Amino acid sequence: MDKAHRHEELEEEAAKPFGLMGYFLTPGELMHACEKLKNAGYKDFDAQTPFPVHGLEKAMGLPPSKMPWIVLTCGTVGLLSAIALTAFVSFDYPLVISGKPSFSYQAYVPIMFELTVLFSAFGAFFGLWGVNRLPMFYHPSMKHPSFPRATDDAFFVTVEAKDPKYDASKTRKLLEELGAREIVEVTE
Amino acid sequence: MTTAALQEDTPGKRAPLVLGHRDFNAVTETVAGIVEKKTTPSWLVLLGLAVSVLLILLGSLGKLAAEGLGIWGLNNTVFWAWDITGFVFWIGIGHAGTLISAILFLFRQKWRTSINRAAEAMTIFAVMSAAIYPVFHVGRVWFAYWLFPIPNQMSMWPNFKSPLLWDVFAISTYATVSILFWYVGLVPDLATLRDRAKTKVRSIVLGIFSLGWRGSHRNWLNYEKTYLILAGLSTPLVLSVHTIVSFDFAVSIMPGWHTTIFPPYFVAGAIFSGFAMVVSLMVLARKAYGLEGLITIKHLENMNKIILLTGTMVGYAYAIEYFIAWYGGNEYERFAFINRAFGPYKWAYWTMWSCNVFSPQLFWFKRIRTSIPAMFVISIFVNIGMWFERFVIIVTSLHRDYIPSSWTYFRPSLFDISTFLGSFGLFFTLFLLFLRFLPAVAISEVKGVMPQADPHAGHGDDHGHDAHDDHHEEASAKSDESEDEGDEGEEASEGDAEKDEEESRG
Repeated sequence: MDKAHRHEELEEEAAKPFGLMGYFLTPGELMHACEKLKNAGYKDFDAQTPFPVHGLEKAMGLPPSKMPWIVLTCGTVGLLSAIALTAFVSFDYPLVISGKPSFSYQAYVPIMFELTVLFSAFGAFFGLWGVNRLPMFYHPSMKHPSFPRATDDAFFVTVEAKDPKYDASKTRKLLEELGAREIVEVTE
Repeated sequence: MTTAALQEDTPGKRAPLVLGHRDFNAVTETVAGIVEKKTTPSWLVLLGLAVSVLLILLGSLGKLAAEGLGIWGLNNTVFWAWDITGFVFWIGIGHAGTLISAILFLFRQKWRTSINRAAEAMTIFAVMSAAIYPVFHVGRVWFAYWLFPIPNQMSMWPNFKSPLLWDVFAISTYATVSILFWYVGLVPDLATLRDRAKTKVRSIVLGIFSLGWRGSHRNWLNYEKTYLILAGLSTPLVLSVHTIVSFDFAVSIMPGWHTTIFPPYFVAGAIFSGFAMVVSLMVLARKAYGLEGLITIKHLENMNKIILLTGTMVGYAYAIEYFIAWYGGNEYERFAFINRAFGPYKWAYWTMWSCNVFSPQLFWFKRIRTSIPAMFVISIFVNIGMWFERFVIIVTSLHRDYIPSSWTYFRPSLFDISTFLGSFGLFFTLFLLFLRFLPAVAISEVKGVMPQADPHAGHGDDHGHDAHDDHHEEASAKSDESEDEGDEGEEASEGDAEKDEEESRG
């Protein structure tokens, strides 16, 4: 009895809708659909494409990426680390070479440059996964029966249920009008 | 295959970059098919061969670690020879990959998409092969960690004023950034393979490495920005790496090395030799895996043009070195150069000239530029010539010291030769594994340069469903060669892309 009850709870849990998903076969149709969704006042919708469709972020009304700031910060830290490292080493273990001063920063430019690049690259790499919230090994959109085509040749659009304008039947109708195929309500 | 497409080689009307692939799925099938099909016996034979050569390398390095540098042919006068030659040779080969993946990306050269993945893989493997030399030529390899500023019980630090230490930083940064860049590019393609996986194990392994990539445009937006930033970082990095490699020589006061032209000359030479290696490998790989539709003659021809350009630059550098040696009026410098051309190593010097400067000149002829056997032979010549270039710079400058009593003639020992040959084993082992297990062509990037990828081109699709977008409509071309693509849309975004890059460099 207890088991059955828990099972019911799980059922309920599983049945929570995540959103409506459908796909198009050309980037042009997807772009058109995203523009229409944006104009209809939807905010929480996403496109899933096998390659980046240029101009889609404008159609979706997405803000610009924050990546450059992350990289700039990391690069600056790299430069400062290089200066600190070379300065510390010059004074901790002075090597007098042809009478030049200990901290001959000109000779350290390559080190400063390389460490700036190294830190920036790490910032770009880890920042990218951080900003994108990856690795994420499970996502409701993967439940769509045709999801494997999202990384091959189909251009998906998902309108999420958390959007205030979301309404299962109205949204479905809008997607149908836009010509989306295989519109499925995926659950969380 | 489709020579008609190549005839349209007029500026403004470009040959299509992808031939014989009607739609996106066809590209996926071609590239993923290589990884998914059964292992072929020929691949196994090649891998066996490569691994046996790799074992030669391991044996040589084992002996070196056990007995010391005496097993090489070095002597008091020639203290650097095949080791550093091999190092610069491999690093140079690595540079083409970064040039294709980063510099051509910044220049919006769309033809890079078919070759960048393999070229970047080549970069990483070449840097690995190169790294063997500086690590092992220190002799007592177990002290190689002294190269890094690690606090130690001797309270000693490395000498940051030495180009050799700059080199340590440059090479390790280069290797790291290349690997990161390569992996970022791989993630969407690994996700494609994950979604096609037939077995549980395969889908779990690919699932882990593709980080759950689902092609969300919010992710693509950051991804593309990051890719641009990494390209912007890699571009000055790749130039700095070979510049610093050339500083190993140029910062010294050795006649023949003490030359300010070294940094640009080395960079041009590196790109030159790297492209030759890319051509050698691609010619074979596209044939073996049926990638002719993705790596077209057009791609190879473009690379040959770059080989011609950089080869001519290298020729200019050889000539100007001579002029400056005479013009500078330093008798030791003059002797070093006369000795190079007419001394005991003249055979190496003229091999270098004929392979690097004369043989690529054949690429002025379109027939040779577009002939597979001819370009393969020339690319091999260039690889040989570039090895000789480093050999000439290093050994001929050293072997006749200031005092004639210490003049020597360097002869490689068996272990010099086996170590160098063995490094090819490492390189080819890794490259074969890469071809077998990872997508050799950047699937998502190639799709992005197909004419159908332009959201403003209202192409019909194979389901007969018309794209009804409010942009202009074109009739879809269902032939093997689609019409040339309008890349005007991309040009517009170039300006702000460059701005971002400036920002990101700090």
